[in-house]
Amino acid sequence: MSDGFVRFENIQKTYDGKSLVVKSLNLSIGRGEFLTMLGPSGSGKTTTLMMLAGFESATGGEIYLDGIKINNIPPHKRGLGMVFQNYALFPHMTIAENVAFPLKVRGVSKADAEDKVRKALDMVQMSGLQSRKPAQLSGGQQQRIALARALVFEPKLLLMDEPLGALDKQLREHMQYEIKHLHDRLGITVVYVTHDQSEALTMSDRIAVFDDGRIQQLATPDELYEKPENSFVAQFIGENNKLRGVVKEISNGRARVEIGGNTIIDALPIQAEIGKPTIVSVRPERVEIEPSASEVTASGRIEEIIYLGDHIRIRMTVLGSSNFVVKVRNRSGRRTFTAGEEVRIGWALQDCRALDV
Amino acid sequence: MLSMTNIPDQKSLSRQLAVAERRNKIKAFVLVVPLLLFVLASFVLPIASLVWLGGYNDTFSKALPETTRLLQQWDAKSPISEELAASFVTELRAAKLKDAAVPTRVATVINREQAGSLSKIKQVLTASDMASPFKEHLIALNDEWAKPDIWHAMKIVAPSFTPRFYLQALDHRITADGTIVSETDDNAIQILLFSRTLMVAAIVTLLCAILGFPIAYIMAHAETKTSNMMLIVVLLPFWTSLLVRTTAWIALLQQNGVINDLLVRIGLIDNDHRLVMMYNMFATLVAMTHVLLPFMILPLFSVMKSIKGNLTRAALSLGATPWTAFWKVYFPQTIPGLGAGCLLVFILAVGYYITPALVGGQSGQLISNIIAFHMQKTLNWSLASAIGTLLLIGVLLLYWLYNRLVGIDKMKLA
Ligand SMILES: Nc1ncnc2c1ncn2[C@@H]1O[C@H](COP(=O)(O)OP(=O)(O)OP(=O)(O)O)[C@@H](O)[C@H]1O
Ligand SMILES: [Mg+2]
Repeated sequence: MSDGFVRFENIQKTYDGKSLVVKSLNLSIGRGEFLTMLGPSGSGKTTTLMMLAGFESATGGEIYLDGIKINNIPPHKRGLGMVFQNYALFPHMTIAENVAFPLKVRGVSKADAEDKVRKALDMVQMSGLQSRKPAQLSGGQQQRIALARALVFEPKLLLMDEPLGALDKQLREHMQYEIKHLHDRLGITVVYVTHDQSEALTMSDRIAVFDDGRIQQLATPDELYEKPENSFVAQFIGENNKLRGVVKEISNGRARVEIGGNTIIDALPIQAEIGKPTIVSVRPERVEIEPSASEVTASGRIEEIIYLGDHIRIRMTVLGSSNFVVKVRNRSGRRTFTAGEEVRIGWALQDCRALDV
Repeated sequence: MLSMTNIPDQKSLSRQLAVAERRNKIKAFVLVVPLLLFVLASFVLPIASLVWLGGYNDTFSKALPETTRLLQQWDAKSPISEELAASFVTELRAAKLKDAAVPTRVATVINREQAGSLSKIKQVLTASDMASPFKEHLIALNDEWAKPDIWHAMKIVAPSFTPRFYLQALDHRITADGTIVSETDDNAIQILLFSRTLMVAAIVTLLCAILGFPIAYIMAHAETKTSNMMLIVVLLPFWTSLLVRTTAWIALLQQNGVINDLLVRIGLIDNDHRLVMMYNMFATLVAMTHVLLPFMILPLFSVMKSIKGNLTRAALSLGATPWTAFWKVYFPQTIPGLGAGCLLVFILAVGYYITPALVGGQSGQLISNIIAFHMQKTLNWSLASAIGTLLLIGVLLLYWLYNRLVGIDKMKLA
């Protein structure tokens, strides 16, 4: 998408002049897209978002918004809505005044502003609290007000930096759907920052996985989950079994990986070179126990069985790795397992990826 | 049926709580006793005696009780009775026998109302032949005794409970027949001093706010290292004695001081026209602003430090210009600190003594200097107390006003 609505081109950022916090970032975000920046703490997500908002300046590269280079446009002229982690509601103003603030500074007439404020509050289901102060609201309510305030002036782009970080799990999940629905309804472009992967998977059109100031992979949630391109992504998104080995041969779209010195299994060669060490990764739910017909098979010993209601989690020792996890759906008539039992396991070739170390 | 017996009724519950809490209360009380006693001895009692002293003075009535009674019966118009004259002379001379200092003190008190009375009363004490008829003898001693003035003065000072000191502190006085008149312009200095003091305090507060706000802002938003460094610099004056700091201003501001020398050296002013910056109002304002500035910076700094950084960012992201973001979002958050700083500086400035005394000259004297003057020079403690009490009331009023406008609970000190 070279004609993206938002474009980062070779963006670099250093705070101290010594180390780069964002390293040569290229990212293009389409109009109306919900893009999430996901990554561990300190990976540069907030920094990237702040450069887009104009609160930090890029030390290299260019940022375009709707085709216009915005590097030198001050934040208040960029016209972006922004929701901060701690909501940043103005404590001395009432809810109505908070939401009306962006309209007031734009010189919108009082009657128009009132109308828009009411609509914005309706949109986040918060009408009726206009005259309260932010301190009198719960975290979730404050969050909605912050959202209403960021949307009331109909910005082209909405930025959110871990907006749900301070909420408890249940409310967080509820708000995820609400924000997602709002996005669908308004068609606004959203750039969302989080380090919660399930949040990212739930909400996003595309996810940019950050680590160490770089985008490790940029893909849709399902692609990210099913086809991680490197071990970092494979480990960071969901759960993955790791089998360390050495690539012996690559042919016909298969890598033959020697594991534990004597066993050889097949895997898709994603980042594999002959003679180099590799990590073969397999999702726990893609492993079958006692498979009828599998492309890749191995044997393992059951170490531990954990009952989790909807599924059973089985820890096994497989090919020298004692942390190999298999998830078995808990359907009626399933086979029972006992610890210490030796079983055969198997999986499809496409679920088994040879990645970098 | 469930029995209710194991749920104690409200009363016994609260009794149990009271018993449980008593021990803690006693412990807490024992811990604060020393401070309580100290505050009582050093704060509550002096203030109580201040208020009392401003309205009570029994120098005259204690030494001359009968005379006091007769003076109170006298209507201040008819000529004085022989009985009054007799009682005055005998009680005065009797007092001298007990304690020689007492008649002098009495005479001083009368003298404050009627100048020149001191010597006349001394004459009465030293006269050898004082016998009946006393009135004639007094007039023979000095014909001033025939005039009502000195007797009027005595009638005014006789009552122990008197509003005259408070009235004097407000440039009014009470006459012998009990009417209250305002002081002639020449003697009316208290109100002038009060208003000058309030004005100086207001200007100093304003200057401190204007100078302190940017410093506090920079301190609160600098890196920890820089802000600690600045904090030390701000607190540095506290490590030097107030006296030293004040005298330093003398060295700087006086006519052959550093600043004048510098200005002459660079040719900005003529050697014969050195600026007069010392021993006047200007010096008082400069030195007091300097001394009180930390009291403004510290509360401001602590409040600004606690303002969430992303509020301003939020305002900017919502389209506010940097000025609007500051004025409409940032500044309102600083009001508790600004209020606390202003209140602190103003109250300290209103009662400031040493700095105006040293650098203020005649035009830079404040109300506290007058209090000290009456305490040390005229020994009119009652007047000093009355002025002090009025000052205290003024400050309390201010405090009340602040509480109404900003709310004391919102006040944040460093
Ligand atoms: N103002 C700053 N000055 C100096 N270094 C900074 C500053 N802000 C961030 N950093 C550094 O830049 C790196 C990236 O920080 P950033 O805030 O972008 O991370 P993040 O991905 O948002 O992490 P988190 O999930 O914890 O919010 C970190 O190593 C951080 O220490
Ligand atoms: Mg962050």
